Amino acid sequence: MNIFFDQTINGLVIGNIYALMAVGLALIFGTANLINFAHGSVYMAGAYVGWTCVTYFGFPLFLTFLVVMLFCALLGMLIERVGLRPLQNSARIAPLLATIGISFILDQLAQIIFSPQPLALPPLISTKRFSLGATSIGVLDILIASVSLISGALLYVFLRYTRMGWAIRATAQDRDAAQQMGVDVNRVNQVTFAIASALGGLSGMLVAMYFNVLTPTMGFQAGLKGFAAGLIGGLGNVPGAIIGSLLLGLIESYGVALLGSSYRNLFAFVILLVVLVLKPNGIFSKGRQLPPEPMTGTFIASSKPVQIPRSVLIGVSVLAFLLPIISNNYWLSVFTTALLYGILALSLTLVAGTAGLMSIGHAGLLAIGGYTSALLSLRLGLPFALALLLAACVTAILGMLLVMPAFRLRGHYVSIATIGIGEIVSLTILNWESLTGGPVGLMNIPPPSLFGFEFYSNRSLYWLSLVLLLGLALLQWQLVRSHIGRTLRAIREDEVAAQAYGINLNRYKGIAFAASGFIAGIAGVILTHSYTYINNETFNNTISVLALTMVILGGRGNIIGSILGAGLLIVIPELLRDVLGESFIVYRMLLYGLLLVLFVRWRPQGLLGTV
Amino acid sequence: MSLLEVKNLTRSFGGLTAVNDVSFSLEEGELISVIGPNGAGKTTLFNLITRFDQVDSGQIIFNGEDITNLGPELLVGRGMARTFQHGRVFGNLSVLDNVLVGAHSRLSAVRPRIPFPLLGALGETLLALLRPKRVQEEEEALRAEAFEILALFNDRLIPRADQPTYSLSYANRRRTEIARALASRPKLLLLDEPTAGMNPTETAEMLELIRLLKNQGITILLIEHKLSLVMQLSDRVIVMDEGHVIAHGLPEDVRHDPRVIEAYLGHSSQTSRPESELEEDLQVRV
Ligand SMILES: Nc1ncnc2c1ncn2[C@@H]1O[C@H](COP(=O)(O)OP(=O)(O)O)[C@@H](O)[C@H]1O
Ligand SMILES: [Mg+2]
Repeated sequence: MNIFFDQTINGLVIGNIYALMAVGLALIFGTANLINFAHGSVYMAGAYVGWTCVTYFGFPLFLTFLVVMLFCALLGMLIERVGLRPLQNSARIAPLLATIGISFILDQLAQIIFSPQPLALPPLISTKRFSLGATSIGVLDILIASVSLISGALLYVFLRYTRMGWAIRATAQDRDAAQQMGVDVNRVNQVTFAIASALGGLSGMLVAMYFNVLTPTMGFQAGLKGFAAGLIGGLGNVPGAIIGSLLLGLIESYGVALLGSSYRNLFAFVILLVVLVLKPNGIFSKGRQLPPEPMTGTFIASSKPVQIPRSVLIGVSVLAFLLPIISNNYWLSVFTTALLYGILALSLTLVAGTAGLMSIGHAGLLAIGGYTSALLSLRLGLPFALALLLAACVTAILGMLLVMPAFRLRGHYVSIATIGIGEIVSLTILNWESLTGGPVGLMNIPPPSLFGFEFYSNRSLYWLSLVLLLGLALLQWQLVRSHIGRTLRAIREDEVAAQAYGINLNRYKGIAFAASGFIAGIAGVILTHSYTYINNETFNNTISVLALTMVILGGRGNIIGSILGAGLLIVIPELLRDVLGESFIVYRMLLYGLLLVLFVRWRPQGLLGTV
Repeated sequence: MSLLEVKNLTRSFGGLTAVNDVSFSLEEGELISVIGPNGAGKTTLFNLITRFDQVDSGQIIFNGEDITNLGPELLVGRGMARTFQHGRVFGNLSVLDNVLVGAHSRLSAVRPRIPFPLLGALGETLLALLRPKRVQEEEEALRAEAFEILALFNDRLIPRADQPTYSLSYANRRRTEIARALASRPKLLLLDEPTAGMNPTETAEMLELIRLLKNQGITILLIEHKLSLVMQLSDRVIVMDEGHVIAHGLPEDVRHDPRVIEAYLGHSSQTSRPESELEEDLQVRV
C-alpha cells in the first residue's frame, strides 16, 4: 500500500513536469498547426543552461530558473523564425522537417559543448521529506508541483486577460479569421514559441534536478512523451494536455513499479500509438475523426526530376566496380558505409518519397534485420545467405505489421507514429534480454559469407555491398515503374481520389512498407555482420533522421537521388575531415541537421527532383 | 430495372441537414442533372452515393445491389466513377498516368484474384517485378486505350500526355479528371460541376463531350450550374434546395416551375455569383 501512495506522488510529480512540456506543444500546435520536433531539444537546452548557471556561476535556484526561461524563450523565437515563418507557404510537412533538423543541430551542439557524457547536478535543495500519513513528500516534489502550478496559473491569466492572450486564442481557433481581424499571426506565433519554450526549458531543468542527470539526447524521447501526453488529452488543447500529462505520469509510475524502470518510456510510446490510432482527438473525444488536414494539396514539392542518361549510370557503376583497385582501405570502408546507407536511403525513399509516408523510424527496420540474422546465425547456425534472406523477409513482414495500425493516419501523424514505432522497437530490444542480450547486445556475429567465402576484407565487403545496392536499386526501379509505383504515387498525391478509382489504400501501403522493410532489412544484416556486433543503440533514431536527410537531399522518390544523397552525406564529412583535421568529425552531425534545414527551405525537391 | 435507386437519403452535419429525404432513380442510358443554389446539398448527395460519406438513413441501390454500406474503393469496380467539384487530379503524375490510375480497377493480369490479402499482395508485387508477357500486354492495351480516351478531348490533352498535371491549365485538369473517370469504363458517371471555371468555348466543347458520352450509352448524373447546358443535355432535372428535392421532372417543366425560380432568385443575394451570370443561366439558348 505504501508503494502505491509513493508511486502516486511520483506519478503526479512527473506528470507535472510533462505538463510543462505538453502545454507548450499544445500551444504551438494550436496557433501554428505544427508538431514542433525541436521542443524536446529546447527542454534539453533548458537543463544544460540550468546546469551551467548552477555549476559555473553558482546562481541561486530562483535566478537559475529565470535565466533558463529567458534563454529558452529566445531560443524558441529563433526556432519560429528559422523553422516556421519562412515555410508557411511550403508543403505542410516542411516546418515539421525543419524542426527535426533544428533539433538535430541543437542536440549536436550540446554534445560538442558539454560532451556526450551524462552530467550531474550538485544538490540544490534540501532532501528533507515530510511524512504524509502512509507516504512522504520531498522538498523537490513540492517545488516541482508549485512551479508548474504557478506557471499554469500565470499562463491562464495571460491567455484569458491580456490582448496578446486573446490573439493567441483567436489564432488557435481560426487562423484565417484571426488574420482578417487584424491579428499579426507571425507575432502570435513568436510569442507562443517564446512562452512554450520557456515552459519547456523549465521542464528540462526540473527533470534534470529530479533524476539528477543530463544528457544531450534527453530531449528526443521527452519531446515525444510530451506529445503523447498532449495527444491523450486532445491535441492543441491546454487543459487536455495537463490532464493527459498527469495520467501519463501516473501510468508510468505504476508501470515502473510493476515491471522495472527500463520500461518507463515504453508505456508512453505504446499509449502514443494506441491513442493515435484509436482516438486521435484524445480520449475525451467522441468521434474518430482526425483534426482537419488540407483536403487537397500534396506533401510533395512539384518538380521535374533531373534525367540522367543511362550511359552515365552504367559508366559510374563500372567505375564503382573498379574503385577498389585504386582506393586505400580506409576510403574503401567509407565507400562501403556509403553503399550500405544507400540501400537504407533506397528503402526509405520508397515509403517517404514514392508513397509519401514520412517514416521517421527506419532505423527500427535496420535493427530488426540485424538482430534477426545475427540470431539465426548465432543460435541456429544458419549459413549467412539463408540468414540474410530470412531476415529480409522477417523485416518485411514485421515492418508492415508494425506500421499497419498507422496506415489510416496521414501527414504529420504518420511521422509521429513511425517515430513511436521506432522507439518501441528499440525499447523492446532493450528489455527482451533473453533474446537480444539487452544493453549488452550480441557479439561475435560471423562476417558475411557465401558458399564458404568470407567477406572479411574491405574489398570483398565493398563489392558485396555494391552488388546488393545495384541489384536492389534495379529491383526498386522495376517496382516503381510498374502499376504499383503509379498507384503509390497516386495515393501520395490524393488518397481520396485514389480511393475513388478503386485503390485499396491499406494494400498498397502494406506493399510499400513490406518492400521497404525487405530492402532495409538487407542493409541492417550487412551492417550488423560487418560490425560483428549489435546492441539496442547500434541503430538509433539518429540514423532514422540521417536517412531522411539523405532522401530529401536526393529528391523524394528518386532512386538515384537517394543513392547520391547517401553517398554525399557519408563521403563529404570524411573529405572535410581530411581537410579540416580529425576534430571536424564532431561537427558531422551538425552538418546533417543544417543540410536538412537548408534543403527544406531552399530546395525542397532535392538535388535530382521529386519523382 | 433502374441502374441507380436512391431511397430516402438523409445526411446531417450537426444541426444542418445537408441532404434531407432525397429519393430518385436513374434509368440505364439516362442523363439526370442535379441543380440548385450553392449549399443545396448536391455535392453531399454525390458523396453519399459514391460512399465517401456515411448516410444517416436511407438506401442506395446500384445495379440491383445494395451499396449503402460499401467502401468507396469498391464502387469503381462495379461500374460507378465520379469527378470532384474542386478537381482532384494527381498533381505530380503525368496526364497519361492519371488516366491509367483510372483504369486501376480493370487490371486483372497483374492483380491475381487470391482470397488471402497477404498472398494476393505478394503475388501482385512479384508479377509487377517479373512482368510476364500477359502483364506487359495488359499494360500496353491500357496505354493504347488511354490515348483513345485522351483523343476524345480533341488536341487538348494528347500533346500534354507526359506532362505532370500540376502544370496544366485549370480546364485541362478538369478534362484529365473526366478522362481518368472514363478509363474505368463506367456504367454510371457522376460529374460534379464539370464546366466550373470554363469559358464559353470550353463549355461548349464540354457539352459536346458529355453528349457524346451519353450517346455511347453511359448513364450520367450531372451537377451543373450552367442551365443552358443542363437544358440541352438532360432527360430529367432534379432541383435541390436546402437539402430537399424541390422539383423533379422534364427540363422544360422544371425551368418554369415557380419554386425553382424562387429558390434561385431567393438565394441570389447570398451567393457570390453575379446577377448577370444567373440570368444567363436562366435563359435557355437553344
Ligand atoms: N463535411 C461537412 N461538414 C459540415 N458541413 C458540411 C460538410 N459538407 C457539406 N457541408 C454543408 O452541407 C451543405 C451542403 O453542401 P454541399 O453538398 O457542398 O452543397 P452544394 O454542392 O449543393 O453546393 C452546406 O451548407 C455545407 O456547408
Ligand atoms: Mg457542390
